[in-house]
Amino acid sequence: MVAVRYQTAFKLYPYEKVADQDAPTPKRHPVVIVGGGPIGMGLALDLGKKGVPCVVLDDHDGVGMGSRAICFAKRTLEICDRLGCADPMVDKGVVWNIGRVYRDEREVYNFNLLPEDGHKRPAFINLQQPYFEQFIVEEIRRQQAAGAPIEIRGQNCVTALEQKADHVVLDVDTPDGPYQLEADYLVACDGASSPTRAMMGLDFEGRVFEDNFLIADIKMKADFPTERRFWFDPPFNRGETALLHKQPDDVWRLDFQLGWDIDRAAELKPERISERVSAMIGADIEFELVWTSIYTFRCCTMEEYRHGRVFFAGDAAHQVSPFGARGANGGMQDIDNLGWKLAAVINDGAGDALLDSYHDERKYGAMENIKNSSRTADFLTPRNPAHTLFRDAVLDLVEHQDFARPLVNSGRLSEPCTFDVSTLNSEDALPNGPARNRPGSACSDAPLTDGYLLDQLGDRFTLLAINTDVPHDLTAPNAQIDVVEISMNDDPTGALAERYLGENTSAVYLIRPDQHVAARWVKFDADAVKNSVQRALGGIRA
Amino acid sequence: MTQLQTAPNLENADDFYAALLAAHEGLDEADMHALNARLILVLANHIGDQSVLEAAIGTAKVSCSRPQI
Ligand SMILES: Cc1cc2nc3c(=O)[nH]c(=O)nc-3n(C[C@H](O)[C@H](O)[C@H](O)COP(=O)(O)OP(=O)(O)OC[C@H]3O[C@@H](n4cnc5c(N)ncnc54)[C@H](O)[C@@H]3O)c2cc1C
Repeated sequence: MVAVRYQTAFKLYPYEKVADQDAPTPKRHPVVIVGGGPIGMGLALDLGKKGVPCVVLDDHDGVGMGSRAICFAKRTLEICDRLGCADPMVDKGVVWNIGRVYRDEREVYNFNLLPEDGHKRPAFINLQQPYFEQFIVEEIRRQQAAGAPIEIRGQNCVTALEQKADHVVLDVDTPDGPYQLEADYLVACDGASSPTRAMMGLDFEGRVFEDNFLIADIKMKADFPTERRFWFDPPFNRGETALLHKQPDDVWRLDFQLGWDIDRAAELKPERISERVSAMIGADIEFELVWTSIYTFRCCTMEEYRHGRVFFAGDAAHQVSPFGARGANGGMQDIDNLGWKLAAVINDGAGDALLDSYHDERKYGAMENIKNSSRTADFLTPRNPAHTLFRDAVLDLVEHQDFARPLVNSGRLSEPCTFDVSTLNSEDALPNGPARNRPGSACSDAPLTDGYLLDQLGDRFTLLAINTDVPHDLTAPNAQIDVVEISMNDDPTGALAERYLGENTSAVYLIRPDQHVAARWVKFDADAVKNSVQRALGGIRA
Repeated sequence: MTQLQTAPNLENADDFYAALLAAHEGLDEADMHALNARLILVLANHIGDQSVLEAAIGTAKVSCSRPQI
């Protein structure tokens, strides 16, 4: 029996019996992914496209009801571009740039996310999480049809796991009863309450924020602008905060801070919620409640994201409060990081040390996310009189003094992580090169005469040569290297030079399969490139 | 990197002190705290330098006439 823990919005992978279930001895798979949320599905798509056979086990048969995540960041869209599923997301999503912050009834300031020109993707889109997951699964279906070795098994619930020296054994329950299977590598993407983590007896530690938030997604026809509106101490929610944000399909996300001591059941009554909504949007506006829920938030992380042959990614590895939209966006950066490393080890014979770097780089990224979302929580939910004192001082000042704007913290929106201390990076050899593309950073996009830079980079190692020549027949052990040459004639706006050259007249960038910079130089040097590829594959330890 | 200035640096110490007291005149305790909090933020922005600000916070924390146990 497989218990139904939540209602599904779309049924995408109904249970089907497979041969593994009747196999006399457990079938071995190169990669098994536990959990088919956005992170597990994203990883499956990445691995499958790279030709690494993988099986996704999910205890449901579709995408969970309720929108949860709504804000998807540019970096996530760029990762999805690499995976081939960003177009439907951006087509369906709502693009927004303007944020307004109110105190009581007054607007105290507004900001523009100012998407710098010359990027294919916007800074953010709003899209209900079920759509996000659906678009990934649809791309998986297309890839499967084209021969990608991905298998999704719905209503397959992992109930036990045992780690052996060179593989993992899993017990899986299905509507037809239990079976066992084996995995060379297992990736747990089974969410914040990760059963895998629990089965392995691993800790998940951090801070719980003593506060409740009511999330109400409502459907209404209203001509509010496409902006993020945030209130401190509004008349309709005294002493607390509130948020209004647009989603596709005329759905709006309303978020009310409720405080710690609440009567949960009473607050969840539809009449009570409707009363709150009307007070916020105006009594004369008709609406329909689409989905409501009360959340408390915590910021937690595991100590280690790799345990032998078991890896943890997404909410299973780390959980952040939603302020700043760093949950799913952070998780997508995890799989962006892990996918190519597993593929390099499994398909191209790279060393095991490369897999350790997954923990090093992504724990670093997760701590950055936790730091940011904890600081927001401290601003929104003052825990002692000093917190309140300074927050109010900031809000008093900001109405009259521009300097106080950066101190207002209603969410620090997700940004790509730069792995500054990663051992996979080579020393920066581009004198005064633009900091934004230093080794460790995710490559900035730039417009070319025809299309955008990131679309040229693909998902293998790339040697990007700007205004200089490099040999085309590069080979390296354990890696295939693509060459992309771009001349200054191909830089119509000058953005490429500004983002990649600085004062230099040429540059050569070694870019990892996840489109992070591994090394950069002024000119091509065969030995330097060879060393840096080896280092980026975990081969050279300082 | 700039160092925190701990040698006397006020152009006119008595005038500054008088202005500070005058600003607090007639305020109740909550407003007094609020004023000081705003003042800290204004001054901090003027200084800008994170290492100087952290040194200043550290200096303020250890400079207390009550016995430190
Ligand atoms: C109110 C709210 C708002 C949010 N807003 C944002 C936002 O704007 N932007 C953002 O980036 N993030 C946001 N988040 C966070 C985001 O929703 C999560 O980070 C994201 O869902 C994590 O994805 P995941 O795949 O790691 O885990 P999940 O989505 O939790 O998926 C885990 C999967 O594992 C399956 N599973 C569990 N146990 C088993 C088992 N034993 N066997 C097999 N399968 C199993 C589950 O059924 C599920 O399908 C928000 C979260 C909340 C609650």
